[in-house]
Amino acid sequence: MSDQSQRQREYWKKNIGLIRNLLIVWFLVSYVPAIFFAEPLYNVPFFKLPLSFWFAQQGSILVFIVLIYIYAKQMDKLDEEYDVQEVQLTDKRGG
Amino acid sequence: MDLVEILTLILVAITFAIYVGIGIWARVRDTKNFYVAGNDIPAAANGAAIAADWMSGASFISMAGLIAFLGYDGTVYLMGWTGGYVLLALLLAPYLRKFGRYTVPDFIGDRYYSNGARAVAAIATIFISLTYVAGQMKGVGIVFSRFLQVDLIFGVLIGMVIVAFFAVLGGMKGITWSQVVQYTVLIIAYLIPAIAISLKLTGNPIPFLGLTFSDVARNLSEAQIAVGLTEYLRPFQNMSGLNVFAVTAALMVGTAGLPHVIIRFYTVRSVRAARWSAVWALIFIALLYTTAPALGVFAKHNLLQTLDNKPIEEAQEIGWVDKWANVELLKLEDKNGDGVLQFSENEIGIDRDIIVLATPEVADLSPFVIALVAAGGLAAALSTAAGLLLAMSSAVSHDIYYRILRPDASEKQRLAAGRITIFFAIVVAGYLGINPPGFVGEVVAFAFGLAAASLFPAILLGIFDKRMNREGAIWGILTGLIFTATMILLMRSPQIFGTESAAIDSFLGINAQGIGIVGMILNFIVSFIVSRSTKEPPQEIQQLVEDIRIPKGVGEASDH
Repeated sequence: MSDQSQRQREYWKKNIGLIRNLLIVWFLVSYVPAIFFAEPLYNVPFFKLPLSFWFAQQGSILVFIVLIYIYAKQMDKLDEEYDVQEVQLTDKRGG
Repeated sequence: MDLVEILTLILVAITFAIYVGIGIWARVRDTKNFYVAGNDIPAAANGAAIAADWMSGASFISMAGLIAFLGYDGTVYLMGWTGGYVLLALLLAPYLRKFGRYTVPDFIGDRYYSNGARAVAAIATIFISLTYVAGQMKGVGIVFSRFLQVDLIFGVLIGMVIVAFFAVLGGMKGITWSQVVQYTVLIIAYLIPAIAISLKLTGNPIPFLGLTFSDVARNLSEAQIAVGLTEYLRPFQNMSGLNVFAVTAALMVGTAGLPHVIIRFYTVRSVRAARWSAVWALIFIALLYTTAPALGVFAKHNLLQTLDNKPIEEAQEIGWVDKWANVELLKLEDKNGDGVLQFSENEIGIDRDIIVLATPEVADLSPFVIALVAAGGLAAALSTAAGLLLAMSSAVSHDIYYRILRPDASEKQRLAAGRITIFFAIVVAGYLGINPPGFVGEVVAFAFGLAAASLFPAILLGIFDKRMNREGAIWGILTGLIFTATMILLMRSPQIFGTESAAIDSFLGINAQGIGIVGMILNFIVSFIVSRSTKEPPQEIQQLVEDIRIPKGVGEASDH
């Protein structure tokens, strides 16, 4: 096992861990409050709306943006840490 | 012609001139520019292009109205069509960009070392895109006929010429930059009326804050109960909880598997840019998607307040009532003859499209804004049509013609093939726009269901399961496709075959829109079992999988 492929394996493992965590949050802000607990959370107010309605039509979408943002940001860091960023392409080669 | 029509004509002419100009400016000379815009699109611009690609004429014109009628359960579209971007950004986009080819069948064919898989993926791509594009062309015709009183056929023809200009000449490059402009037009056109009506009803200029911090939604919910409609804010009044779950999941996964969205990620410079363009895309999309539910609530509240219990003669004197009643988007009928309109007596019929189309007038906005809404609807329909046409024609000219039939074709022949197929695709789409098969609206479920059940699992497993092989993928795709297609055909048999009633109502309680998620699960199961009982993929394929997992060494898109 070469050193390089060992590091690539580690990089991949960290990537998978990050994806898993973000997808758990993805599930927790969409399916859980807006579908599974939609009825009970209907009685919990969020400002002027029921909490489940807010998650269903507003909150989940806002959290989705944050999740993708965190992924892009964290992966930039991870790429740098494991030195796997792409080289900037300078020459343009034809198809 | 009145002022609104003249302004509409001017605005539409200006925006069309810009799209044509972009086509001429962006004309391309090689296949790489034609299919993936030379991998030279900045992340933010690609994000705007994805958003325009994604938000169709139907999203623009019908979605707010659809939600206004479904109430809480409208969340299936809101969460379904945005949550899919999380899957796309985390699970597919970066790796497909690293893989760096031109199309979705390209990935499936190479990863599963099989032209059979490539052909199946190409056919799925063509079918998915075709069902979708017919609706776009019809949308173009409708905007023309409603706003400018021109014939629907003439409207579709104009739309075809414009799309042909920037798509045939400029390929993906022309499409991308015109989509950036189209996004700008459509979002401005959407937000201005929404902001105006939000200010009017809630005093808050930001629609989604107005929704959260005012009583309008509660009032609407109570008013709906009072007139015998469903309680707006309460879940599962229009769909069962199971269906809300299944449809949301199927739309999320289907979104992530739609070829015309996926290929947009091939156009950026790097893996990093692919990740960031997903961030931009969802921000741009969310601007409309968080506004739509607010607009739905405000517009419906306004309609109820204005029309319910109003003497019918008084109602008919309102300018916009008269206008929209003329085109049958609003139907007023004093059924019990008491001279007063009552929702509870079904005396007011509202077409869902009126929520967006009539809002500028309901909110007393200037004719300029009304004209802008027309230009926005056209921008939304044209940009989506262009993206779909490219996805379809690249599946034909790149995957079927070049990769399968004529691997020795020269660059020049391939570019010509690309242009010819996109031209033909436009003609077919135009024909379907003018003569829509009766079931077009009904089979949109097909596009998402098939994408969810066929392409999404095959791509996902291709990246995350190194052991997945040709046999597993092909059997999985076929199982997902056949199951989902059969179920939708059976459930929608009245619309498709003209049977008297649906052959089956649902599958274990899941309707046609949600069935794709079951197809996807079956695909995963079959892929897994078959791949584990057949031999592992060749060494070079396993190396390919290792390779797409690491951003380093990203190349430009290459054709073979």
